[in-house]
Amino acid sequence: MTKKKTQTFEDDLQRLQEISDLLEKGEIGLEDSINLYEEGIKLSKICYSKLENAELKITELKKQFENGFPDSLSTEE
Amino acid sequence: MNHILSVSELTSSIKNTLEENFGDINLIGEISNFKAHVSGHWYFTLKDSSAQISATMWKGVNSLVFFTPQDGMKVIVRGKITVYPPRGNYQLDVRSMKPAGEGELQAAFEKLKRKLSDEGLFDVKHKKTISKFSNKIGIVTGIGTAALKDMISVAERRFPLAELVIAPARVQGEGSAEQIVASLKMLNNQNDIDLIIIARGGGSLEDLWPFNEEIVARAVFDSRIPVISGVGHEVDFTITDFVADLRAPTPTAAMELATPDKRDIFAFINEFFYYSSNNLTDKINKEKKEIAQILNSYGFKSPQDNVRNKSQFLDNLVFRIQNSVDKKITYDKNRLNLIKGALQSNNIDKILKKGFVLVKQKGNFVTRESNFIKDESFILKFFDNEIIIK
Repeated sequence: MTKKKTQTFEDDLQRLQEISDLLEKGEIGLEDSINLYEEGIKLSKICYSKLENAELKITELKKQFENGFPDSLSTEE
Repeated sequence: MNHILSVSELTSSIKNTLEENFGDINLIGEISNFKAHVSGHWYFTLKDSSAQISATMWKGVNSLVFFTPQDGMKVIVRGKITVYPPRGNYQLDVRSMKPAGEGELQAAFEKLKRKLSDEGLFDVKHKKTISKFSNKIGIVTGIGTAALKDMISVAERRFPLAELVIAPARVQGEGSAEQIVASLKMLNNQNDIDLIIIARGGGSLEDLWPFNEEIVARAVFDSRIPVISGVGHEVDFTITDFVADLRAPTPTAAMELATPDKRDIFAFINEFFYYSSNNLTDKINKEKKEIAQILNSYGFKSPQDNVRNKSQFLDNLVFRIQNSVDKKITYDKNRLNLIKGALQSNNIDKILKKGFVLVKQKGNFVTRESNFIKDESFILKFFDNEIIIK
């Protein structure tokens, strides 16, 4: 998994919150505001479609009893 | 003389008597000196107020006991008496064990709770924070259980971006505590699990007992990954609940605590669209107003006025220059005409002095016969005077 390199959903959402706060405060210049707004719209769309199209992933860990657990513990179904 | 027995003969005879007569007995007694050997066998003593008997329970059969015995616990066991001739002692070989009553489990629960509480395992300072967004959620629960289905559907509904990593474990009956511990450790050995849910649906005190076992409690405490417990129904409290970083009343509630709600995130995004556009529009309007204000300010106006003043001055100047030039031209023109007239008359006078006469008709000199108009009066101009001829 190259998860750490890519921007995660949480990062995107956090950035969006930041942008939202900055725009609300209104302390930054117009040009920066417009740039932030554009960035925010882009992030919104990314987050929206990520969540909209997400499908729950389910994996099952298989037990490997390294220290010799009795077999009766690992066979279950 | 009576027959003399050897020690072996006597012991053998005792062994036969005891093992024949006590080959399958039920016995009630209090456990003391309980020891779970690393080999997996249990060694303990059963006693009441005035007697005691040694007992063993072998590895294969003790795994069927749903609880771990504790000293002081009253139990009913079933088994047989065995005699060990080399040592000359007898003991009870226990095949099954159950608590003498529900109260025994309750007492064991309270005892362990107090012990772990005294050790600080429930202290708030050990509670890890549960992140709002967990990408990978480990789940310790039974495969194919209703609890697992419920948790999956909650995750699907609330936050399908998550990944569920299921570490299966029996959640009731033999060996379940050990399996739960093993699954917890397995999840802790993964490097990208953000959160663990340890869960089981509702059941009797006996069903939920694995979650009251000390080894489970300690494994939860030792987990480097935050743990949410969701065991049983709302009213059920287990030792695991007390050790977990967060206790949820049910498996469903546990997954709800573990995941953000998709609808909230969508609402947040929509809000961003709405409010941020508004904020930006406001900003633009404000800037516009500011620009208008600046343009109207004195600082900006005075150069404009300056320009107007100067241009008026310039216009004046041009006007004056033009005026004076025009005057001069008119003046010169007049002078020129005067000079011209003077010159002309001066010329004519010279000729007339010699005796010539000029004919003038309608103010012009007639210099050619063809220009003379008949029946029109004319003037004869002499040097000294003029005569009008009608």
